[in-house]
Parts: sequence; structure tokens; C-alpha cells
Amino acid sequence: MTVTVLLFASLADCVGARELALPYEPGDTVASVRDRLTADHPRVAEFAPTLLYAVDEEYAEEDAPVPAGATLALIPPVSGG
Amino acid sequence: MLIRVTPERLDPGAAIEAVRRDEAGAIDLFLGVVRNENKGRAVDHLVYDAYPSMAEKTMRALAEEAVGRFGLGDAAVLHRTGRLEIGETSLLVAVSAGHREATFEAGRWLVHEIKRRAPVWKKEVWADGEEWIEGPESLGMERAPAAMRGS
Repeated sequence: MTVTVLLFASLADCVGARELALPYEPGDTVASVRDRLTADHPRVAEFAPTLLYAVDEEYAEEDAPVPAGATLALIPPVSGG
Repeated sequence: MLIRVTPERLDPGAAIEAVRRDEAGAIDLFLGVVRNENKGRAVDHLVYDAYPSMAEKTMRALAEEAVGRFGLGDAAVLHRTGRLEIGETSLLVAVSAGHREATFEAGRWLVHEIKRRAPVWKKEVWADGEEWIEGPESLGMERAPAAMRGS
């Protein structure tokens, strides 16, 4: 099973992808998936202080569970309008 | 309730008609428009990125909250994505209510909450470079350590 990670705007440019599939690990949380992504793409750490997260399209805290097959979106500070 | 995130041009008339009600004596319409400068620097055009499905979900939840909070007849929110030229409309918010004061208050609240929470991003493109903008009103910046907000 995998977890789908979505990236946007500055973070997508930095990583060079808008969507990644990471292997799911039992007990995964927002933070654990983000940290695995950061291990592959160290510059993600620069974004962490202002990042928000959404699991399956709902804002979620860092300790929220990420189930197998879920979509985790990493959301840099928004600037719509 | 009309909620849409789309690369197509936005039509203010469609937003107005979507919220028109026989019992609503007032409709407030807000247009966010691409400006030709930011912080003294000439802007050539903007590029909007979005997480469209979540942005629509967020905008719908906010619009429904506005209807309850301000006693609206209805609310409509449309946001454009992709490349926008100077003068084009990036955001449309229309709200209707029995009387004008509720529409003014609801429109202001709804635009602020959209800028705070909806997963949409703008990139400024200048003659000699470009930059993704981090919204000062965004929830992410609100939560960031004070030192990172440059304040």
C-alpha cells in the first residue's frame, strides 16, 4: 500500500513533482510521512515551519493518522484571492 | 450554492444570478483583480496554482458558515486558476441578504476567510524573475514563529 503526497506552488517547484507515491508504514502520521519525504528531499525541511497539512482534503495536525491509501497534501502558506 | 475553481474566465453576472432571491433586497459582489504592481515592483502577470477539489470543499464550507452566521439568502464563490493578465478577475464572491449591512459584513468575512484557508497560491511574474507569494493572512503564516513573518 502507498500514501499519495501532493505538493503545490513553491514546494512543488522545490521537489520537482506535484504528486508522489510513498510506501505506507503501519502507524503512519502526517509527521512520519513528511519526515520520510524530507529524507529524500532535504529542502522540504525549509518549508516545515509554515507548512499546513491536509489528509483526504481536510486540514490535519502533525500527529493525525495517515491511513493506507490516503492522500496527504503539504500546503505552503496560501495566497489566493 | 455556486462554488467553482476553474481555469475559465469568471463571469460576475453568473455569480449575481446564483445568489439572487425574491426575499433578498441586497447583493454584495466582490472582485479580486490582478494589479500591475506589488510592493513597488511592476507585475507582468500572475499564475495561480490550486488544490481544486479541496479548495472547492473549503470554499463551500466557508460559504455555508457565512449563510448561517450572517443570515444570508445565498453565497457564491468562484476562483480562477492558471495564467491571469493584469486587470483580469481572480476571485468572485457574491452574497445576498434581506438588507445591505449583512451583505457587506458577510462579503468582507468570506473574502478574508478564503484568503486565510483556501488552498490556492499566486505566483508573481516580473520582467526579470518570479516568486510564489506567501499570503500574510494565511493560516500557515498565522501559525508560523513570529521571526518568520518578518514582523
